[in-house]
Amino acid sequence: MTPLLELRAVSRRFGGLAAVNNVSLSVKAGEIIGLIGPNGAGKTTLVNVITGVHPASSGSVLFNGRDVTRFAPWQAARAGIGRTFQIVQPFPELTVVENVAAAALFAGGASSIRNARMQALEHLEFVGLGDFAERSASALTLAMRKRLELAKGLAMRPRLLLLDEVNAGLNSSEINQALALIQAIAARGITILIIEHLMKVVTSLCSRVVVLHHGELIAEGEPQSVMRDPKVIQAYLGKRYAAQTAGAPHG
Amino acid sequence: MLYLQVLLNGLVLGGLFACIAAGFSLVWGVLNVINILHGSFIVLGAYAAWYSHALWGIHPFVSILLVAPLFFALGYAIQSGLLNRVIAAPVLLTLTLTFGLDLMLSNAMLAAFKADFRKLVLDPPLGVLSVGNIVLPVDRLAAMALALLLTLLLYLVLSRSRTGRAIVAVRMDREAASLMGVNVYRTYAITFGLGALMAGVAGPLIAMIFPISPLTGPVYLGKAFVVCVLGGLGSVPGAMVGGLVLGVVESFAALWFGPEHAVTVAFALLIAMLVFRPTGLLGRKGYE
Amino acid sequence: MSNPAMAALDTAARRDLGLACLLFALMALPPFLADTYILRLGTTMLMYAVLALSWNFIGGMAGYPSFATAAFFGLGAYAGGVAQKFGIGMWLAWGFAGLLALLFAAALGLALLRLRGHYFAIASLVVAEVLREIINSATDLTGGGMGLNLPLRTGQSVEQQADFFYWTMLGLAAVAMAATLAVQHGRLGFGLRCIQQNESAADMLGVNTTATKTSAFALSAVFTGIAGAIYASWVNYIEPPDVFDVLYSVKPIVMVLLGGAGSAFGPIIGAGVFLGLEEIVWRRFLEVHSGVLGLLIVLLVLFLPRGLAGIARRRARGHTP
Repeated sequence: MTPLLELRAVSRRFGGLAAVNNVSLSVKAGEIIGLIGPNGAGKTTLVNVITGVHPASSGSVLFNGRDVTRFAPWQAARAGIGRTFQIVQPFPELTVVENVAAAALFAGGASSIRNARMQALEHLEFVGLGDFAERSASALTLAMRKRLELAKGLAMRPRLLLLDEVNAGLNSSEINQALALIQAIAARGITILIIEHLMKVVTSLCSRVVVLHHGELIAEGEPQSVMRDPKVIQAYLGKRYAAQTAGAPHG
Repeated sequence: MLYLQVLLNGLVLGGLFACIAAGFSLVWGVLNVINILHGSFIVLGAYAAWYSHALWGIHPFVSILLVAPLFFALGYAIQSGLLNRVIAAPVLLTLTLTFGLDLMLSNAMLAAFKADFRKLVLDPPLGVLSVGNIVLPVDRLAAMALALLLTLLLYLVLSRSRTGRAIVAVRMDREAASLMGVNVYRTYAITFGLGALMAGVAGPLIAMIFPISPLTGPVYLGKAFVVCVLGGLGSVPGAMVGGLVLGVVESFAALWFGPEHAVTVAFALLIAMLVFRPTGLLGRKGYE
Repeated sequence: MSNPAMAALDTAARRDLGLACLLFALMALPPFLADTYILRLGTTMLMYAVLALSWNFIGGMAGYPSFATAAFFGLGAYAGGVAQKFGIGMWLAWGFAGLLALLFAAALGLALLRLRGHYFAIASLVVAEVLREIINSATDLTGGGMGLNLPLRTGQSVEQQADFFYWTMLGLAAVAMAATLAVQHGRLGFGLRCIQQNESAADMLGVNTTATKTSAFALSAVFTGIAGAIYASWVNYIEPPDVFDVLYSVKPIVMVLLGGAGSAFGPIIGAGVFLGLEEIVWRRFLEVHSGVLGLLIVLLVLFLPRGLAGIARRRARGHTP
């Protein structure tokens, strides 16, 4: 079965610095994959390459068998790759429903503005923002804006949804709500790749975890085994700690 | 030999262009305001020099010293009184505002000075400098030297003085500068004042070389644009490089296409730069 | 599931269309009532309304501060004039002018629309200067600095000519208005609004930003070009500094600011108010005419940045809970 998303030796260089270096990855439809790594590891850059914001310096990105390496962001969006943003940027002067309708109309293939608005309202209900449809997007709290991002991501009718730190800045009950939402989205058949820092989110959601460090893929596998991988520990906590825990038994 | 003459002519003019554009570039780079008044300020300075000379026999070089503080005050007042209100507004509004102000100023100058061209004639004239086959009028050389000197002074103020460094800080990151205790609005006013000052002191230099008229404001403004795009915004070295390049380009364009097309060639160069290299020849990033 | 949000969409479109029809019906009256001087004034107002509506596509809806209006206007004027010089009929020449302006804008847009803010503004401003010089130099084709004479229309009295050009401009303004409404309430307008708010976010949400912006730029050119061609036929003699005057770029912007960007009616109201003011001022202050214009602009920007429509909107908001 063709993987939904395939990255073959993808690199992205800025000047002399390789933000992403020779990353190869394969994502099957229906998976929930966690993308983790210390700050500056290149996670957001990788997502930017997949979605066409930065073209890959070398290597190729295949989506559903199609080569999307040279796709512009809007083309990737229309092809079925959806994403949310770490720093939420709604269209400030548009209403909440207009924000989501835009996604439905341009990426989600809605046939008219009217249909786009109808779909938008459904998505807003799904994420729990139904009552705020006609409010200005800039009037929302941070947690609500994250949900707006999710609604927009959904409205794009993605086959693959890239979530970039949806939980940053949320308190623990908000995080639980977000988790439930993401699981509901996955239950709809959408493949998810989630960039996360919180281990509890990663372990409860993801079937597979991929670790980036200095732009390179250093580990891949089930959450528990990845977290015990000495290379991963070294990346996060440094060489000395890794050496200390190398011999210690784990429960 | 002809090419050398043309090149030198271009460099001499280029020094003048650098001075014309340095203040404009500073205001654009730091305040993100395109000061349409800049051309008219230059013309006003030129008239100040002309009248000082005609009425009281004051030499243009001396006029520079008189003009400088006056124009600084004028610029400071305009910025703190008017521009400050719209400083955070979109590009369109600030551009339109300075355009409106310029309409007022140039109309006032037209009414006061009339449209006919005047020439400041120094008595005795400064003559020419001949080196072999190369002929360089001394007044142009003197103007260029002074222009470069003034531009250098501006650069020193920016890099050495506390105020200057505050200006550079605001240019790089307004929020950070504010957090460090820089009074951003006062810095804006000082910067605009400096911009007006540089325009004002360019006036006497212009008056020495070219005939002046209120109608020529847009010409100098156009040159300032091109120099900024060539050299990058908010950078005095950039204005220097841009000015010299423009001077040489116009000089050769006048030779090959005729003097009436020199400006068009310069504008075509501007568009080409904007399309292919908007950060300027030196590659410095300016505001959008 | 019916929803007030759904009904609101069509109501807004229907209301705008109704208002537009009413407005244009009113504007169709003058030829029956007024003298030729007023008609000429009205024709000028309608011409500027076209320019303002055109600018609104790229400047108001897309948020790109274009100063290229004079370039399109002059290009259209000369395209129309030169075409007629070669014997092409007036109506066809006007169509040709519009088409040429459209193609020119599409090509220019590819280069310029990658720029933002000030850079775009300056580049668009400079285009007019460069075009003017080119036309000035192509003396054999355009008459260069000596200007271009257009063939006179025979068989019409002065009054009939005044009526004719009034109707023509009114028709063009109506078409521009219709286009504005169609775009505003449709997919293109939605895309433009998204671009204006946050271009990179729009890109990532599937908006083909290049195609969308270029469409707006082309729209801002086509009606302007035709207006230029009609103007040329109206005045019978054009020269480069006249039709490429930077004020043809600046005045429409001031009119849209005055009337309020974001509304389809702002440009027309702004054009009307502005020209009314200008007429009063011109009669009294001829020598300081441009200075007073400058003062108006300054006051407008400082005190009414959202235009007259903004005042109306603020009052309306005050009444809703």
